Amino acid sequence: MKIAVLVKEVPDTWGDRRLDPSTKRVDRSSDVVVDEVDEKAVEIALQLQAANAGSTVTVVTMGPKRALDSLRKGLAMGADSAIHLVDDGLAGSDAVQTSAALAAALAPRGFDLVIAGNESTDGRTAAVPAMLAERLGVAQLTALRTLHVSGSTVSGERVTDDGYVDVETSLPAVVSVNEQIAEARYPSFKGIMGAKKKPVEVLGLGDLGLAAGDTGAANSWSVVHDVTARPARTGGTIVTDDGTAATQLADYLAAAKLI
Amino acid sequence: MNSDTGVDLPTEYLQLQAMVRSFAQQVVAPVSAKHDEEHSFPYEVVAQMAEMGLFGIPFPEEYDGMGGDYFAHCLVLEELAKVDQSVAITLEAGVSLGAMPVFHFGSDEQKQQWLPRLARGEALGAFGLTEPGAGSDAGSTRTRARLIADDWVIDGSKQFITNSGTDITELITVTAVTAEIDGRKEITNFLVPRHTDGVTVEKAYNKVGWNASDTHPITFADVHIPEQNMLGERGRGFANFLRILDEGRIAIAALSVGAAQGCVDASVEYSKQRESFGQPISHYQGVSFKIARMEARAHTARLAYYRAAELMLAGRSFKKEAAVAKLVAGEAAMDNARDATQIFGGYGFMNEYVVARHYRDSKILEIGEGTTEVQLMLIARELGL
Repeated sequence: MKIAVLVKEVPDTWGDRRLDPSTKRVDRSSDVVVDEVDEKAVEIALQLQAANAGSTVTVVTMGPKRALDSLRKGLAMGADSAIHLVDDGLAGSDAVQTSAALAAALAPRGFDLVIAGNESTDGRTAAVPAMLAERLGVAQLTALRTLHVSGSTVSGERVTDDGYVDVETSLPAVVSVNEQIAEARYPSFKGIMGAKKKPVEVLGLGDLGLAAGDTGAANSWSVVHDVTARPARTGGTIVTDDGTAATQLADYLAAAKLI
Repeated sequence: MNSDTGVDLPTEYLQLQAMVRSFAQQVVAPVSAKHDEEHSFPYEVVAQMAEMGLFGIPFPEEYDGMGGDYFAHCLVLEELAKVDQSVAITLEAGVSLGAMPVFHFGSDEQKQQWLPRLARGEALGAFGLTEPGAGSDAGSTRTRARLIADDWVIDGSKQFITNSGTDITELITVTAVTAEIDGRKEITNFLVPRHTDGVTVEKAYNKVGWNASDTHPITFADVHIPEQNMLGERGRGFANFLRILDEGRIAIAALSVGAAQGCVDASVEYSKQRESFGQPISHYQGVSFKIARMEARAHTARLAYYRAAELMLAGRSFKKEAAVAKLVAGEAAMDNARDATQIFGGYGFMNEYVVARHYRDSKILEIGEGTTEVQLMLIARELGL
């Protein structure tokens, strides 16, 4: 089984994250890390690889040169190879364009299973996995909290607002996973050293068969008109106990779909 | 979090550092106060460190090591010590004192027998040098070993031995007197399996700090080990353990730098949040200058251990530089811990705060692996004084 895992470099979730008012895009000048959910996606891919002899895991990212560090992290964890989509013409691409570039990289290489995080912590469109599946013409299972492969069947529990549903389809497929999927392993120092020697395929627009007018901020299908800072936290709702406080609290949590 | 070390390191080292930093914050820190309070050995943390290969970093892959070097080991110690010195010293002693003597001086058979389990972190080794009447003054060693038939028979006692009484301790390397020649003691090293008859690991010490690190006295009464358990050449015990101590000073310096930096990081964060007289205390120079000086201590001590490690890995003499690094780093840790607790005020006196732990833990950094005075003696000697 050939597995590809999509990983994304995002601003450090522990640091201050902001939108740049001049470009209206995510400010990526601060510290960056591999998106945590993507590390978990790599982990589940490595677990599937261990359970299916002869499988390979390729980590894939689209991002600036320094995003190579995110690929190296995946390689250090145990992935076999990496693909890096890097080109000035890709900068500022929206989800539609990103899915086109990823599809152009993945389609000719023929993957059985593509695993992605269900939503990045920066853009948060949660749209790329579905768009990618459409472009590749394969089935999609999104927002999975468990993932199993048996023969040519891929299955898992898809999280919904009210619980979960069991879903399954046939390979090849694109799946997206949420943060419950697995705990990412820490790479060993041997893994870190070994990652240097693993192959990283670098693809530009030309290699992808895309034209300069297809991608990038200037050709984006979606335009951000305005950005506004999140409003300051307000006082919240105060429940006074008149004997029904517990019910009120439970109703509040249920309305927020927290219980 | 200040992550600039002042030196541009190769990517692999930076990745190792980042990985251990994340491990320290997410796995080690949450249980540090508990183990400190309960004086319990953090088996679950150690097991995860073993899985990550941290016990095998400076050893070759043929012994199940990670194929890294001693400097990488030091970087790991620094990151761990920022949040938990007990965990850091457990790794330091396991590698630098437990496994390193076997790696440097062991025969092929001895390395094959011991190193893989030690490098995988499945077993811990301890190093028995200090005695009630002898520390760095090894000429006063009283533990002795006699060759009787095909056995070495060891009698004596050792004290302050790190990692000697854990459930996974399997090896204790000891120095012992094997002869007296013209009034000079001949000292030789031996590999003693922990569970040999006559080896008694005594009750754990009640220490001021490093509460989650395992430290015991050990007594040896008529302990028989096979002749081939002699480590290195007969009579070379003194020179060999000096080599181990010289290297170990760099590792302890790294650990100390971690402690010093941990105090800086905690103080920066706290002083920005804590308000008094209407503004964050970081706005007062009485506080910010104190933290600036703490940073300067940590930074210079770090450069000192980096340099000592660089010389060591280049195969050059590093005795003086290791002593300098150990001296300034140990003092930086203690000084920073004192300043950090002052900045934290009343909270700095509460055991569950990391700076309070550093305050108790750091004193040993001016004592263990050669006291500050021993470092001064070594430096003076290197200057021909």
